[in-house]
Formats: sequence, structure tokens, C-alpha cells
Amino acid sequence: MSPLLVLLRRELALAWGRGGGPLPALAFYAGVTTLLPLAIGPEPERLAVIAPGIAWLALALASLLSLERMFERDFEDGALDLLALGGPGLEAICAVKALAQWLATGLPLAFAAPVAALMLGAPVALAPTVLLCALVGGLAFAFVGGLGAALTLGSRRGGVLIAVIVLPLFAPPVIFGGGALSQAASGIGGTSGLLLLCGWAAAAVALSPLAMAAACRNALD
Amino acid sequence: MISGLAVEDLAIRRGERLLFEHLSFAAEAGEAVALVGRNGAGKTSLLRAVAGLLRPAAGTVRFGGARDIDEARAADLHLIGHHDGLKGGRTAREELAFAARWCGAGDAGLARAAEALDLGRLLDLEVRKLSAGQRRRLALARLVAAPRTLWLLDEPLAPLDSVWRERIGALIADHLAAGGMLLAAVHDPLPVAARAVEIGA
Repeated sequence: MSPLLVLLRRELALAWGRGGGPLPALAFYAGVTTLLPLAIGPEPERLAVIAPGIAWLALALASLLSLERMFERDFEDGALDLLALGGPGLEAICAVKALAQWLATGLPLAFAAPVAALMLGAPVALAPTVLLCALVGGLAFAFVGGLGAALTLGSRRGGVLIAVIVLPLFAPPVIFGGGALSQAASGIGGTSGLLLLCGWAAAAVALSPLAMAAACRNALD
Repeated sequence: MISGLAVEDLAIRRGERLLFEHLSFAAEAGEAVALVGRNGAGKTSLLRAVAGLLRPAAGTVRFGGARDIDEARAADLHLIGHHDGLKGGRTAREELAFAARWCGAGDAGLARAAEALDLGRLLDLEVRKLSAGQRRRLALARLVAAPRTLWLLDEPLAPLDSVWRERIGALIADHLAAGGMLLAAVHDPLPVAARAVEIGA
């Protein structure tokens, strides 16, 4: 079996093992999407307008949750040494870790997003666009989030620092996804926003492993 | 394949502090080098510099017989430090299988390692339930599972009892006899004939 496949299986097993996999992130997501209508007011007309936006923004916040464990545990117990010394190179290792983060957290969240939007009163016709945005956006969130996780390696209060570093980088995908959703809601098709979101995700997947690997090397040195 | 190790005029700096400078030594196939020195003298840093994880302030590390140094590091050395990379919440079997497969070992290598370090009864336990010595044996099993030429070991015998010190000594002797090399940071003498290199004297 290729080492990277071995690593992917380990990462998924670790995500499910102690942390309960996507359950904490899903619980947080359910909490935010339930609390927001309580704060905004129960009028269905008003909720229906903002439902897709809420479902989308809460998804971005929920995907921040388990980022801290992505590199920190391996860094502290020395497993990152073993990984860094392996043949595939740190760039590929970081890409696999971010991919595992998406599979373990982003993917379940993406399937929860249309459910949350519908529960808040969004029209059924919007559900596919919400799902697509959540799938593609979640991939970008995992890779950009991994960059934040790698940059904060070895610092105290890494979790808060990750959010501070990563949230500004989440702005473009949140805007593109929000644009796609409002285009779809107004019936003019959401393709241009969705395409921009895909572009952002492609750039994040291609570039952030390089930066993650550099940050890891710096932390190990 | 690494056929020799040469450290030339090496200096290592951690933050503002210069740990040591002008360190040179060499080792050939079949040789063991024991790094001795006070606590904090830079033995662990030297091992990490040889492994390529740490950038030395000056000097070079070269491997004989290797065309590309990064390739040689990835394919032909093992580094086992105090932080052994084992996850407390996973079973010994899962952790050994991951470490060994990551280093390119197959099922045969895994079985050989479990046999050589007598891990059979421990494999189903969670790593957190192992004693320090058992945990070290689990970490060292990687050496047997995926044979590689250069072993970089940091205090490999420290948590082991006298029986296991002897058995690991025999393992190291076999490794050296087969043309392997060992670079170990130690406080107690190694159970095999080794050249001592003093760090930070």
C-alpha cells in the first residue's frame, strides 16, 4: 500500500477515534443554526430570506473547530518527525492531512448544510446550490484552515490564533458562496459565484500544501 | 544506500545559544558512534541535524554512497527520539503497523518486528497502558520491521531493564555486523563497541 494511503487511513482513524469524528462540528453547526432564528425573530418570511446565508456562514465557522488537532498532536508526540522523514515529502503529507480533515469534518457538514437551510425555511429549489457550495467551500476551508493550523504549531492558545489567522482568508469563499446563493435565490442561476468559489478552492488545494509544509519545517527546526 | 556518514565542521545554534561548533567526525559501515555530553549539550539536536530536521548554523552532513541526500534520508535512516511518535489512544498494533508501513515495511517485516521485540501480548493494548520500557520496545520495533542502514537513536536504552538492554544490544550488534551504522546519544555506555564523540566539550 502506498505510504500516503496508509497516512490517509490513519488520519481518518485518528479523527474518528478520540475526537468523535464530525460529531462535535455537527453539534456546533446545529446549535448555531438553531440559535440564530431565536436571535433574529421567528417570522418565516424574514428567516427564509437569510436561511441560505446563515447555513453557509455557520458552516465556515463550524469548519474551524477541529483544525487545532490537525498538526498539533503529531507535533507534540514526535509523530511529525517520523512523517517529515518519510519518502513522500511534507507537501504531500500536508495535502493528505487537509484532505482527511475535509473527509472527516467537511463532508458531513456539507450534507448537513442543505438540511439546515431547509429547516430555516429556504425554498427546496435552493438545496442543491447550498450542497454544492458547502462541498466545494468545505474543501477550501479545510486546506486554508490547515495552513492556519500549521502556522500556529508550537504556540500556546493555538486554537484562537488559528481562527484569527484563518477567518480573513475565509472571506473570499464566503463572499463567492454567498453570491452564488443569492443569485440562485433570485432565479438568475448561481453559476458565476459557484465558479469563483471553485476557483478559490482549486487555488487553496494547489497552494496551501506548499505553505503548510514550510510552516511545519519551521516548527520542527 | 548509505555507506558512510561524515559530519564536517558542524555548528548548531538554538535561538541565541551556540550549542557547539567545529564538530567533525565520520563513521563507516559497521561502525557505532556514541554521542556523549552533558544534558543540553546538543546531542539530540545533532541527531536531528543529521536527519535533516534541523538546519545547522554552519558545516555539512554528508552520506557516503548517496547520490541525493534527501532521498537517502527518506529511504535509509531511522530516527527514534524521546518523543516516539506513538499515540496513547491507539492500540500498539495500530501504531506499529502505521510506523512500519510508513517506512515501507510489509506484513513479513511487521511479524519479524513483533517477534524480535516480543510484542505479541502487548499488541492489543492501548499505548497509554504500556510501561515506559514496553513503549520504547514498541518504538524500536520499527528498526526491525523496515531495515535501514543508519540508525539515529536518542537514549535508546534509558527506560529498558537489564534483560532488554542486552537483547537490544544483540539487535544492534547484528545490525552493525550486516553493515549498518549507529549514531546514538547515550549517558550509559552502549552494549556494543562504539567510538565516543564528546559534544560540547
